[in-house]
Amino acid sequence: MSAVAAKDLTAERRAKANIVAVTSLGALTLLVFGFAIGPDVATLRTAAAGILWLSVLFSGVLVFHRSYQIELDGGALETLLLYPGERWEIFAGKLLANLCVVLLVEAIVIPVALVLYHVSVPDTWPALLAVIMLGTLGFVTLGTFYSAMASRTRSREVLLPLLLFPMLVPVLLAATEGSSALLVGDPMGDAGAWLRLLIVFDVIFLLAALFVFEHIIEA
Amino acid sequence: MKVPPLQTAELKITPQWWRLLGVVAPLALIATQTFGFMTSAPDRDMGNLQKIMYVHVPAAWNAFIAYFVVFIASVRYLLTKDERHDLLAASAAEVGAVLTALTLMLGSIWGRPTWGVWWTWDARLTSTAVLLMIFVGYLALRAFTDDPERRARWSAAVGIFGALNVPIVYMSVRWWRTLHQVQSSPSTVDPAYAWGLRLNAIAVLLLLIYFIARRYNIARMERQLEHRRDELELRPEGEPVHA
Repeated sequence: MSAVAAKDLTAERRAKANIVAVTSLGALTLLVFGFAIGPDVATLRTAAAGILWLSVLFSGVLVFHRSYQIELDGGALETLLLYPGERWEIFAGKLLANLCVVLLVEAIVIPVALVLYHVSVPDTWPALLAVIMLGTLGFVTLGTFYSAMASRTRSREVLLPLLLFPMLVPVLLAATEGSSALLVGDPMGDAGAWLRLLIVFDVIFLLAALFVFEHIIEA
Repeated sequence: MKVPPLQTAELKITPQWWRLLGVVAPLALIATQTFGFMTSAPDRDMGNLQKIMYVHVPAAWNAFIAYFVVFIASVRYLLTKDERHDLLAASAAEVGAVLTALTLMLGSIWGRPTWGVWWTWDARLTSTAVLLMIFVGYLALRAFTDDPERRARWSAAVGIFGALNVPIVYMSVRWWRTLHQVQSSPSTVDPAYAWGLRLNAIAVLLLLIYFIARRYNIARMERQLEHRRDELELRPEGEPVHA
């Protein structure tokens, strides 16, 4: 499991151009959404959390593609499957590597979002960090799972978002609402509820993906 | 090389009952629609608009039945690896997608004069739309995957995940916001409408079974032809085709 993660991360580190491109796309998405919404500060602030998550979604999709694409191009997936070890360990390793890459992208995109959308870091930042981590975990779990299939079909560029985005609705809602409550103010005090929901979603999807993964990766 | 024609006997896969159903189901639907129209007085608030309910609600119920079939068939495929379960799931998904789209469109047409909007972001509307997108994704994955065995395994996984997700989407959107009127069921609807709804639901169910059976039959035929073609292509030169 850690070997798979280390391998993927090494490949990612050696090809720095990719992660730079993905991060730039995330920042660009924020900028373009800003143009679409207009310069009104109050509107920008209320929309900030949603747009931030969308930009993570769009750049994340590219990360997931790449995770399997490198192996498919080199014909290495078959070899990887021949190694002794459980199938779920491959999934867990890829999940871990994708999680690291997406978190790295977020580490740059989130500050950009804070600046562009005039949002200041709230006092409750540990809770915000928890929402971001849990939201990312749910997103990466489903993304790693679906891209295992979508990357190996024709027209994979369309197929991954088509499969992934409807499945992401619960995670996206909880993450957006949770972070929005923490960033803009939380009159109803429901950030904690969204946080607990995210934990539930993450556990369900993680377990389901670990169980089903062996069926979608061939021997 | 001369390829012998396929015998029609080889293509007889399911019993002939579905031919009968193909006549009975549309007739039943015409009868129950007429029944619904005749027995229901115009609604106090909605007037004759209420009659959309006789297609909208049965279509919605049956779309969920179709998804349930997809789920069960997907689980059974992963357990048994029997191709027939996969083909059944695919057939149910196609019919289910059509019914879901019908539900959404009729609901939208009904919502405009009743609620004053074509669309609202309430839990049931939104999760039905997400359900449609899950169906579409499922069918797209099938269309873009060439290897039949791989297609079967993958779409079973997607079918199970989708089924798992629908209630979760529903609950999460519901917590997010909700304004849909209480779900229509025979107990919330005036008794004058209840029988019209029930009977129409049964008629649509018959139609659903007919469509799925028909589609399943075609899918089985296609697969048999593919197997047959592979067999012919792999056959050593000059060896006769076994019957």
